[in-house]
Amino acid sequence: MSQPDEVLDCRGQRCPLPVIELARRLPEVPVGGVLRVLADDPAAAGDIPAWCRLRDQEFLGEVTVDEGSAFDVRRRH
Amino acid sequence: MAHPGYFDAAAAAPLHPAAREALIASLTDGWADPEKLYTQARRARQLLDAARGATAEVVGVRPDEVFFCASGTVACRLAVLGTLRARRRAGATLIHSSVEHSAVLGAAQSHVESGGTALPIPVDRLGRVDLTEFAATLATPGVAAAALMSANHEVGTAQPVEAAARLCAGSAVPLYVDAAQSLGRMPIPPGWSVLTGSAHKWGGPAGVGVLAVRLGEPWAARWTPPGPEEGSPALPAIVAAAASLRAAAAEADAEAARLRPLVARIRATVAATVPDVEVVGDPDDRLPNLVTFSCLYVDGEALLHELDRRGFAVSSGSSCTASTLRPSHVLEAMGVLSHGNVRVSLHRESTEEEVDRFLAELPGVVAELRAHVVGL
Repeated sequence: MSQPDEVLDCRGQRCPLPVIELARRLPEVPVGGVLRVLADDPAAAGDIPAWCRLRDQEFLGEVTVDEGSAFDVRRRH
Repeated sequence: MAHPGYFDAAAAAPLHPAAREALIASLTDGWADPEKLYTQARRARQLLDAARGATAEVVGVRPDEVFFCASGTVACRLAVLGTLRARRRAGATLIHSSVEHSAVLGAAQSHVESGGTALPIPVDRLGRVDLTEFAATLATPGVAAAALMSANHEVGTAQPVEAAARLCAGSAVPLYVDAAQSLGRMPIPPGWSVLTGSAHKWGGPAGVGVLAVRLGEPWAARWTPPGPEEGSPALPAIVAAAASLRAAAAEADAEAARLRPLVARIRATVAATVPDVEVVGDPDDRLPNLVTFSCLYVDGEALLHELDRRGFAVSSGSSCTASTLRPSHVLEAMGVLSHGNVRVSLHRESTEEEVDRFLAELPGVVAELRAHVVGL
C-alpha cells in the first residue's frame, strides 16, 4: 500500500460532511497526489467513489489502516 | 385536489375513490365471517369471491391462485419462504437482485438464519440487475428460487423480468416478482411463477397484501397455502383493495401517459436548475410516476424537512442523521450518491401545477442548505 500525500480525518462525521471535507481539501493536494480520507460513516464507502466519478477524480480504493476504514483519492486535475 | 404537494405515492398512494366507495359499502355489508354458513356469511363470502375474481383478472391468474394477506410485507415473506419450502428438495439457495425491497431481503435473511443460502445479484449504475451474473448464479447447484422485483421502489428502474423469467424457465426455477410498485400502474411482464403486491401502493387501503401463485406449475404441487395462523382476512379492506386495483388498472395507460412527461420534466429541470445534482435510475425504462435525484453536499433529511415545511412530502434514501445507521441499500448497490437524496413519486391526483411549484422552489431550498457549507 502506497503512502498518501495527505490524510484527512473525518472520523465521527456523518454524511455529507466527509465528502464536503474531501471537496475542500483535494485542491490543496498537488495534481497526481493522493489524499487519504479516514471515515467511519457507513455512507462514505459509497459516497466517496460516487463523488470521484461526478468530479472526475480518481478513486483508488478503500484501505484498512490502524485508525479504521480509509479511502484513497488521487487528484486528477 | 385533496392532497397538494404529496409526492410519496411509492410509500402510500392517497385512497382511490373506488376504494373509498367499496370500503364504505362493504363495512355495511361484509362484516360477517365468510367461513360460516348463514346468510350474512354468504354475503361476505360473495364479496370476498368477487374481490378475488377482480384481483385475479388484473394479475392474470385464476381466482384460486390469489391469496390475500395482512400487508405487502407479509405477502413478500409468504412468497419467498413459501416458494423455498415448496422447492426444498431442489435446494436451499435463493437468488435475488441486490436492490429488492427490504421486505424481500428480510425474508431472505430469515431463510439464511434457518440454514439456507441467499445470493444477491449486483446491479449496474442505473439499478438494473446484471443478467449475465443472474444466469451464471442460476446455473449453480441447489438454486431453489429466484426473486426479481418488477421495478425498483427507490429509483424507478424497471427490471428485465421477462428475460429473467426465460432464464428461470430454462433452469426450471420459479421466479418470484415483487410487483408492489407496478400493479395498477404498468403491465407486469409474463413468465413469473409467484407475484406480490401491496394495496396502499395503488390507492387501496393499508393492510392488504396480494400473493399470486401459479398453482399449475409442477413445483407448486408442494406449495402450502397460507394457513389460519395468517389470521382472518380484513374483508372490507380486501374488497376496497380489489375495487381500486381494477379501477387503477383500467386508468393505468392514461395515467402513465399523463405522468411520464411530468417525471421527464422533473428529471430535466432538476438537472438544469440545481447545480451538482445526480439524477439516478434509468431515464426511459422505468416506472411512469417516480423520479429520484441526489444533491451533492446536502443532508438528505434536512432537505426533506425543508421541503415538508414548504408543503411537499417526499422520501429520502439518505441516512445523514443518527436515527438511521445505513444509507439506502439500493443507492449503495448502484454506486450512486446516497446523501442529499430525494424521491418524488406521483399519483392520480398529482397535477402539473404542483410539480411546477416544486421545481420552482427546489433550487432555492438546495442553495439555502448549501449556503452554510463554506469553502466549496
